[in-house]
Amino acid sequence: MNLLWREAFLAFRRTRTLSALSVVTIAFALFVTGLFGLVALNLRSALSEVAERVEVVAFVLHGTPSQALTVAAQDIAAFPEVQEVKYVSEDEALERAKRDLVEFSDAYKDLEVNPLPPSFELRLKPQFRDAQHAGAVAERMRSFDFVDDVRYGKDWVQRLDALRTLAGLVGLAIGVAFALVSIVIIGVTIRITVLQRAREIHIMRLVGATDWFIRGPFLIEGAVKGFLGGLLALILCATVFLGFRSQQFGVSIGLHFFGFGQIFLLLLFGVLLGLTGSLVSVGRHLKHV
Amino acid sequence: MIRFTKVSKRYPNGTGPALVDVSFHVGRGEFVFLTGHSGAGKSTLLKLMYADERPSEGDVRVSGFAIGSLRRDEVPRLRRRLGIVFQDFRLLEDRTTAENVAFALEVTGHRADVIPARVARALAQVGLTAKSEAFPRELSGGEQQRVAIARALVNDPPVLLADEPTGNLDERATRGVFQLLEDINAAGTVVVMATHDLDLVRNAKRRTLELRDGKLVFDSADPGEVS
Repeated sequence: MNLLWREAFLAFRRTRTLSALSVVTIAFALFVTGLFGLVALNLRSALSEVAERVEVVAFVLHGTPSQALTVAAQDIAAFPEVQEVKYVSEDEALERAKRDLVEFSDAYKDLEVNPLPPSFELRLKPQFRDAQHAGAVAERMRSFDFVDDVRYGKDWVQRLDALRTLAGLVGLAIGVAFALVSIVIIGVTIRITVLQRAREIHIMRLVGATDWFIRGPFLIEGAVKGFLGGLLALILCATVFLGFRSQQFGVSIGLHFFGFGQIFLLLLFGVLLGLTGSLVSVGRHLKHV
Repeated sequence: MIRFTKVSKRYPNGTGPALVDVSFHVGRGEFVFLTGHSGAGKSTLLKLMYADERPSEGDVRVSGFAIGSLRRDEVPRLRRRLGIVFQDFRLLEDRTTAENVAFALEVTGHRADVIPARVARALAQVGLTAKSEAFPRELSGGEQQRVAIARALVNDPPVLLADEPTGNLDERATRGVFQLLEDINAAGTVVVMATHDLDLVRNAKRRTLELRDGKLVFDSADPGEVS
C-alpha cells in the first residue's frame, strides 16, 4: 500500500506543472458545476418558500351547523396530503380583511351583514405542494355538501411546478455535461502520465506485476487530483458566494451556501471523477500492452 | 521446462507467418542459443515464451503454463517464474541500480523487510555491489545489462530469457555478460539466449536452435530431426 502511494506521489513530483495544470482544470470544471449547484440550491430554497404558500381554501356555505364542521375538520385533517387544517369563521375572515386590506377599511365599516363566508384553510405537507395533489385535495373538498367553492391558485401552482421541473432538468443537464467534461480532462491528463510512464508500466508487466497493481498508483493519482480539484472549486465557489452576498444588490435575500453534506458530496464527486478518468485511460493503455 | 509443439504464429497485418510449425523441447539446466537473421522469428519465439504473444497454432508450454490458453490474469504468475533481459536493458533512468532491482520485488508484492537482502544478493551475483547507488546513466553498457540481469534474477526464476543481451555491447562487455549467463546456468537456471553473434555461439559450444524465415532449420541437440 505504501508503495502505491509512493509511486503516485512520485508521479506528481515528476510532472509538477502538468499535475498542477490538471488540478486547476478539474477545479474549473467542478467550479462551474458547483456554481450552478449553488444557484440551483438557492433557487430551490426560494421555490420551497413560495411553495409554502400553496394552500387549498374551501369556502363554506353560510349557516352550516358547527357540529358538521367539527366532524369535517377531523376528516380533513386525516387527509394524507394535509399538514394543517384551520377553520376561519365569518368574523375572523372579516377581521382579517379589515387588517390586511386597509384600503377597503371604510367599506367594511359600513357593512350591516358580513358578506365573507367562513372557510377551511388547508396547508399541505411539503411533498404534496404541487398542482396535482392540490387539485386532488380541492376535488375532495368539493364533495362536502357544505362547501360552496374551492380555490387553490391553480394557475400559479402549475407554473411553480413547471419552474421546478425546468430547474431540475437544467441542473441535471449542466451537471452531467460538466461531469463528462471533467472525466475527459482527468482522462487526458492521466493518459499523458500513463504515456510518460509507459516504460515503467512495461517493466512492471514484464516482471509480473498484476494489472490492479499497475492501476493502483494511477487510481490514487486520479483520486487525489479530483479531490484537490474539488477543494479548489469549493474555495472558488465560496469566494464568489461571499463576494456576491456582500454586494446585496439593494435587496435582502437569504442566500445559502453548501451544507457539510453537500461539501462532502462535491469532494466525493471530484474523487469519483478522478477515479473514473484514471480507470478509463489506464484501462485503455493496459489493453494494448 | 519449455516445450513447443507444431507452433505457428501469424500476425494480423504481417506479410508472412512469423513462425511455421516449430517444435523443440528445452529440459532442466539447459543453456540454449537461438540464432538466425533479423526477422527470422527469434523475438517472436521468446515473446511466445513470456506470453507477450499467443500461438496461432500448436502448443507452447513454459514452466507448466500452457501459453495458448493462459488467461490475462494468469500472465503475472508466469512472468514471476521467468527472468527477461533485453538488448536495450529497459532500466528506469530515474532510479538507482538497487532501486531498479528492488522494483521487480516491490511490484510483485514482496514484503519491504525482505527486499534489501535479496537486492544485495542479486547485485553481488552480477558483481555490482559497489555501484548499487549509481544511476543507469553513470554506468557502462555492460554494467547496465548486469543491472537488468540482476533484476531478472532477483525473483529466483527457474528460466532466464535473454533477447540479444549483448547486441549493444563491445566485445569485452559481451564476454563478461555471457560469462555471467553461464554462471547463472551453472547454478541451475535454464537460459535461452537469442543472438546473432555467431562467434560467440561457435566458441561457446552450447545447444543451438537456428531459425530461418520462421522455420526451425537446425537444432544442434538433434541435428537429424530438423529438416
